[in-house]
Amino acid sequence: MLSAILVVGLLATIFGIVLGFSAVKFKVQGDPLVEKIDKLLPQTQCGQCGYPGCKPYAAAIANEAAEINQCPPGGEQTIQDLAALLNREIIPLNPENGAEKEKSVVIIDEETCIGCTLCIQACPIDAIVGAAKQMHTIIESECTGCDLCIPPCPVDCIIITPIKKDLTTWQWAKPTELGINNSDKQAQVATDDQ
Amino acid sequence: MISKLFKFKGGVHIPQHKESSTQLAVEPASIPKRLILPLTQHIGTPAAPIVEVGQKVLKGEKIAQADGYVSAPVHAPTSGIIEDIGDYPLPHPSGMLAQCIVIKPDGEDRWIELKGHSGDYKQLDPSELRNIIRSSGIVGLGGAGFPTSIKHNPGPDRVIDTLILNGAECEPYITCDDMLMREKSREIICGLLITKHALQAKRCIIAIENNKTLAIESMQQAAKEFADRNIEVVAIPTVYPAGSEKQIIYTITGKETPKNGLPLHIGVVCQNVGTTAAVYRAIHHGEPLISRYVTIAGDVKQPRNLEVLFGTSANDLIEQCGGSTADIRRIIIGGPMMGFAMQQITIPVIKTTNCILIDAGQTKDLHTRQYTMPCIRCDSCADVCPVNLLPQQLYWFSKAQELDRIQEYNVFDCIECGCCDYVCPSQIPLVQYYRFAKSEIWKRERETQKSDAARDRHEFHQFRIDREKAEKAEKLRQKKAALKIKKQATDQSNEIGNNDKKEAEPKNAAIVAAMERVKAKKAQQKVEPKNTDDLTDHQKKLVTEIDQRRAEQRETQVSNSNDNAKMDNKEL
Amino acid sequence: MSLYAPSSPHIHNDNSITKIMLKVLYALIPGILVYIYIFGFGVAINILLAIITALSCEAIMLKIRQRPIMPFITDGSAVITAVLLALSIPSIAPWWIIFLGTAFSIIIAKHLYGGLGYNPFNPAMVGYAMLLISFPQQMTTWQLSTPATFIGLPDSFKFIFGDHTPAQLATDAISGATPLDYLKNQLGLSHHVSDIMNSSNVFGLLGGNGFEWISIAFLIGGLWLVKQKIIHWHIPATMIGSLAAVATLFYVIDPDQYASPLFHIFSGATILGAFFIATDPVSAATTAKGKIIYGACIGLLIYIIRTWGGYPDAIAFAVLLMNMSAPTIDYYTKPKTYGH
Repeated sequence: MLSAILVVGLLATIFGIVLGFSAVKFKVQGDPLVEKIDKLLPQTQCGQCGYPGCKPYAAAIANEAAEINQCPPGGEQTIQDLAALLNREIIPLNPENGAEKEKSVVIIDEETCIGCTLCIQACPIDAIVGAAKQMHTIIESECTGCDLCIPPCPVDCIIITPIKKDLTTWQWAKPTELGINNSDKQAQVATDDQ
Repeated sequence: MISKLFKFKGGVHIPQHKESSTQLAVEPASIPKRLILPLTQHIGTPAAPIVEVGQKVLKGEKIAQADGYVSAPVHAPTSGIIEDIGDYPLPHPSGMLAQCIVIKPDGEDRWIELKGHSGDYKQLDPSELRNIIRSSGIVGLGGAGFPTSIKHNPGPDRVIDTLILNGAECEPYITCDDMLMREKSREIICGLLITKHALQAKRCIIAIENNKTLAIESMQQAAKEFADRNIEVVAIPTVYPAGSEKQIIYTITGKETPKNGLPLHIGVVCQNVGTTAAVYRAIHHGEPLISRYVTIAGDVKQPRNLEVLFGTSANDLIEQCGGSTADIRRIIIGGPMMGFAMQQITIPVIKTTNCILIDAGQTKDLHTRQYTMPCIRCDSCADVCPVNLLPQQLYWFSKAQELDRIQEYNVFDCIECGCCDYVCPSQIPLVQYYRFAKSEIWKRERETQKSDAARDRHEFHQFRIDREKAEKAEKLRQKKAALKIKKQATDQSNEIGNNDKKEAEPKNAAIVAAMERVKAKKAQQKVEPKNTDDLTDHQKKLVTEIDQRRAEQRETQVSNSNDNAKMDNKEL
Repeated sequence: MSLYAPSSPHIHNDNSITKIMLKVLYALIPGILVYIYIFGFGVAINILLAIITALSCEAIMLKIRQRPIMPFITDGSAVITAVLLALSIPSIAPWWIIFLGTAFSIIIAKHLYGGLGYNPFNPAMVGYAMLLISFPQQMTTWQLSTPATFIGLPDSFKFIFGDHTPAQLATDAISGATPLDYLKNQLGLSHHVSDIMNSSNVFGLLGGNGFEWISIAFLIGGLWLVKQKIIHWHIPATMIGSLAAVATLFYVIDPDQYASPLFHIFSGATILGAFFIATDPVSAATTAKGKIIYGACIGLLIYIIRTWGGYPDAIAFAVLLMNMSAPTIDYYTKPKTYGH
């Protein structure tokens, strides 16, 4: 009886020491999860998720304060990536945050622009150049299509334009398998589930 | 002498179907009514047009120049007038439009003045040779279209041991290189010697698949003349894809091109026979690259090879081969294994077009996928893969879009030869799965780059705003501090009345004078209300109330305008 | 005008799953004929019964899973599963054994895992294992394989559809244990191998009497499959090789306790398993190196289970165990890509 208690006690002590030691020794520094989540977000800083930028939204997801389906610019892809990272279920995009739309940039109609600088202040990534009473221009290659500059413009001279497709960005379509999957949509879903 | 050939792993034996298009000798195709010349006929940056609409050009005149290092110029294939510079369909699987120069031939077919270096190419420096090749617009005619001058520039420290001339032409139906070797063997050998000189290569191997006996004979005959120049014609086994660069290098040298590397990293350069003939014409005759041999095969009345000016539409060529045997349902640019099916029939021949394969449902071989069965992991695909990948694993990962895993399984080493697809009993479109995965990975990479850049810019934006805020706060603090000091100073000076007073006096005097002026002005402007003498108590009360309100309003206005002024400062 | 523009390649060698499965069936024919010659028409009835059950179950499951019946029902995979299961079952087993086993194979082991191409385990062997565990008596009562006990067509029907219990069959003196089973029991009674072999007429020249000829017939079919490039040599060669190697080792150590390698190869379902069961592509390892490991491990497991395990034959369990490890084996045996 006594020996059993001793053995169990001894084992418990040893395991306790090992666990305690490893908890200190292998402690994960910082909170890389927020960084990892932030890496998957499209960085439009558009605020459609209800947070003032991508990083705050990432932090909110990490703290489980926000769902993973609140990012319309990232769309389905981002939801999938986040679900994979966080081991959560894939859920459809929350319509309250907006709908996924074609990737676009904005351009300024330079004839109409009055040089009010309001869009410059609105741009989260400083992708608009110009000065007061001077015509403004958007650096198209940097524009993320967040559309934050559109509401402040007093003369509505900012136009959303879809990104032009060219040979360098052209993509092969994912094959649709003839016969087995095409004949029945439900059958397709069933395969995908497996 | 080559003592041993190396057998690369995998590969498939495919019915060749090469006889029908080799019956007739090659003739020049007739000059069409319009030539549509894409500015992207090569790998790299599109060429930049240097002509204007309406301009008259001569045959061989440069109409677009190379834009950047990896680029190639475009020349007018015949004399005529520039009809348009605009977007036309490209011979590309996307069916997209891109910028093209349209020439309306004048029928004269008049050359510009050509300056060749016949015979004396050895006097030219390799770099001079490269410049001529570059300005002649020569790119790899085997299919990839990589600018040849870049290939001829291995760098100062690299020694090229073997120059392989690729005459394998392993794809079924295509016979343009075969015909070229039969008919222009001397040009090819001369071009080979020029290339050898440009690369300072030690030996040359001409590798031809052993099913092209006539081509082998012809090349051997031509090589005899230069027996002392270390040129050897080698018959290699007929197995697809023997003509792929990686595979032909392995067959000849037994060496593998390192991953992410080039053949010249193992001392080998591989060049297509057509390219070599073009090099000869450019150096000896000064002719730029304006035409090539093209095989027209499949469901046409008379399959054959034609020498085609770039920009000629596929439709015109089909007509010249007697038309199609039935309604065309598919047109393939290139061979049946790696060629791209086009969405339109009017696409032009470009530098890399080696074959136009017509499918009108008459050729049993050209199959259409009826159904796709599930993968049963039979492994036939892995058996035939010439780069030793695991095609079925790649398929699963592509299907599930597991893009990290598919890269772990080296999807980017896939040469898209189509062997796995060819043997798949389930008829799964494997190659398309890999192409999809590759382009999806590229897309994700572009997106990641963009979002990383956006993150950096946003962080800088935040930093800038914070910095400006801090700077403003600092300025304000300094101002306040300065004011305080000043005030103290004035107080002190008033009390003490020392030397400072002297300095302050003129200032004070000015202020006093200004105040006086204001008072005087006010006094002048002041309009005395005339009906204010006999007021009732109630009226007086109202007046005072109104005055008070006015005063209050004035105060808030002043403070507001101050705020606004601050705001303006901020913005500026 | 927009033309038909699929991705390359635009030609195909016209191979199909149906063609592969048909070739496997052809390769089974010599073995089946010898089997029938030795054991009687019960074998043929079993096979037919299994095929009918399999195809019906396949059709029903495809319907339930909302898949098109047509390309799948003719792919031949269900037929192969049925035949392999039927060949593993005693020829005098009652009809419901074959029916249950086949239905279990097709419904549970194949379709519930996703159908053709998705089953991690060999369906026939899952069905066999289920039967062996659930109905050990029926599954181990084999007909004796002597010419005197050849059963004609009417009698076969009587055994399969009649209500003969295994006990009755035993008293009829036409049934008994398989050679492997017999050897195991006798060794358990601490007899010597050579004595046991001489004492009973279940043993033949190489392995079990009759079984050896069936094995040779299957071997011929299997070699033809290898030549036809339907299966690779790796799995059969390494499986038989490793079984022979271990058997030789123990045979040399103590021939009284351990049977000869020839006996192991030509008894039971070794050959059938090596060429037709372990090579099922869906559930086997796929890389060349992986197949070698996979085959060798099956051979080893067969010997271990036969010699020290609880069951007389071990193909099913060895194959199923290795099915589980196939993905892992594949992961660690990736071939070297060109240029790496």
